[in-house]
Amino acid sequence: MFDPIQTINQTARKIPAWSLYFLGLVPVSFLVFQLFAGNLGVDPVKRLEHELGEIALQLLIAGLAITPLRTKLGINLIKFRRAIGLLAFAYVAMHLAVWLFLDMQLLLTQILKDIVKRWYITIGMLGFALMIPLAITSNNLSLRKLGGARWRNLHKLTYGAALAGGLHYVILVKGWQVEPMIYLGIIIVLLGLRLPQLRRLKLA
Amino acid sequence: MAQRFKTNLKWSDVTPRADFLNRRQVMAGMGAAGLIAASPVSAKIATVASEYSSSEKPNSLKDISNYNNFYEFGTGKGDPAKYAGRLTVDPWSVKIDGMVDKPGTYDLADLTKGMTMEERIYRFRCVEAWAMVIPWVGFELSSLLQRVGVQSGAKYIAFETLERPDEMIGQQSRTIPWPYREGLRMDEAMNPLTILATGLYGDDLPKQNGAPLRLVVPWKYGFKSIKSIVRITATNKQPETSWNMINAREYGFYSNVNPTVDHPRWSQASERKIGGLIAKRQETLMFNGYEEEVAGLYKGMDLKKNY
Repeated sequence: MFDPIQTINQTARKIPAWSLYFLGLVPVSFLVFQLFAGNLGVDPVKRLEHELGEIALQLLIAGLAITPLRTKLGINLIKFRRAIGLLAFAYVAMHLAVWLFLDMQLLLTQILKDIVKRWYITIGMLGFALMIPLAITSNNLSLRKLGGARWRNLHKLTYGAALAGGLHYVILVKGWQVEPMIYLGIIIVLLGLRLPQLRRLKLA
Repeated sequence: MAQRFKTNLKWSDVTPRADFLNRRQVMAGMGAAGLIAASPVSAKIATVASEYSSSEKPNSLKDISNYNNFYEFGTGKGDPAKYAGRLTVDPWSVKIDGMVDKPGTYDLADLTKGMTMEERIYRFRCVEAWAMVIPWVGFELSSLLQRVGVQSGAKYIAFETLERPDEMIGQQSRTIPWPYREGLRMDEAMNPLTILATGLYGDDLPKQNGAPLRLVVPWKYGFKSIKSIVRITATNKQPETSWNMINAREYGFYSNVNPTVDHPRWSQASERKIGGLIAKRQETLMFNGYEEEVAGLYKGMDLKKNY
């Protein structure tokens, strides 16, 4: 009988995790190509900035989905999680770089004021800051040095980063718009699925 | 006829001849490329130049008509160009009511009949901190208000946009309590800079830019310049305005362009001038560069409170 979950798991076993890094470069390469081809519309910088941010959010969501997929559905994609997380960090970093260099054009005083004064920028920067220790420790050496338990605890910062990313988008837009609410909703659901597990930790 | 302001600007201060000719060439080029349906150079709408026009180089028609906010067609800046096509703009009538001598529902052609159509090249500043330069075609709002006879007790002019969800698909979601509403104080409405636009680049307004009739108030953030107007009301009460109804802390009734009054969401100190690969950041000017013409309207007012 055809078992879709087993098929997914078997296929996943055959795909090496490193191939994801190359796959992850495809969207940004495509965007840069479109930028120079003049296909990013009237305000290409904003478009680039927004697309990079949106891909980062999608990757954060993909990273958060790995554990529930395994525990609820038995789909095991855990070997891809590191690549997905590092790619999410790379896209957040590129999103930030476009804002600093191409959008704000390094107007430092205004940039600093914006980070302090504007909630969505403050929250976005916080999310980025949370991801830095995660990116630094996303390697086998760090995992060994920190030990499994401490490493796993540290990497719970992902929850904060994803929530910050979702909120950043919702607050950024004018009025209440549907798309950012969907992103935030998915993130909240994925975090909510972890609540029973967190409660168990507290009891133990 | 409009009562003209006295200004110390001279005709020589207006668009330098070289720029003007250059603009003509740009337009001729667009005509040749089929972007303007009319025959090359000769524009569809006969206009006279205006002393209020900016000498800055206007953005391309492509920029202006493909990047704007018109939430009636969606919240994306490409949505208006994508979805405005199905809007019926002919026939079009405008209801003029409230404290006027000649209220009624007027056909657009009757409203514009006999008006001097001017080309007004204005700076345009969105509250989202991006800017353009736009060659509008229109007439002064004051000319229309004088024609319908605004009564002496009226202190404000209120405007409403068409509400037709089957053509304006953005109205099928409740981003804004439709219809879109805007308003001006009477002296702002009577200022010669305030125009009702019917055209762009010498041709009819593209539907996505607020055809067939929209307001243009160049010293205020763009959302004050209400599009596709179907109702104009003279009133003695400050009218409700859409963005103010949604979020009063962020969007005041006045919403004058002011680099020193910060918006909670965007710094207003600088703006991105749309055009080219990388929109260049430039300093925002008080009243969007129209300080000389309009600062007097707000004399003695605390602009931080009345934002």
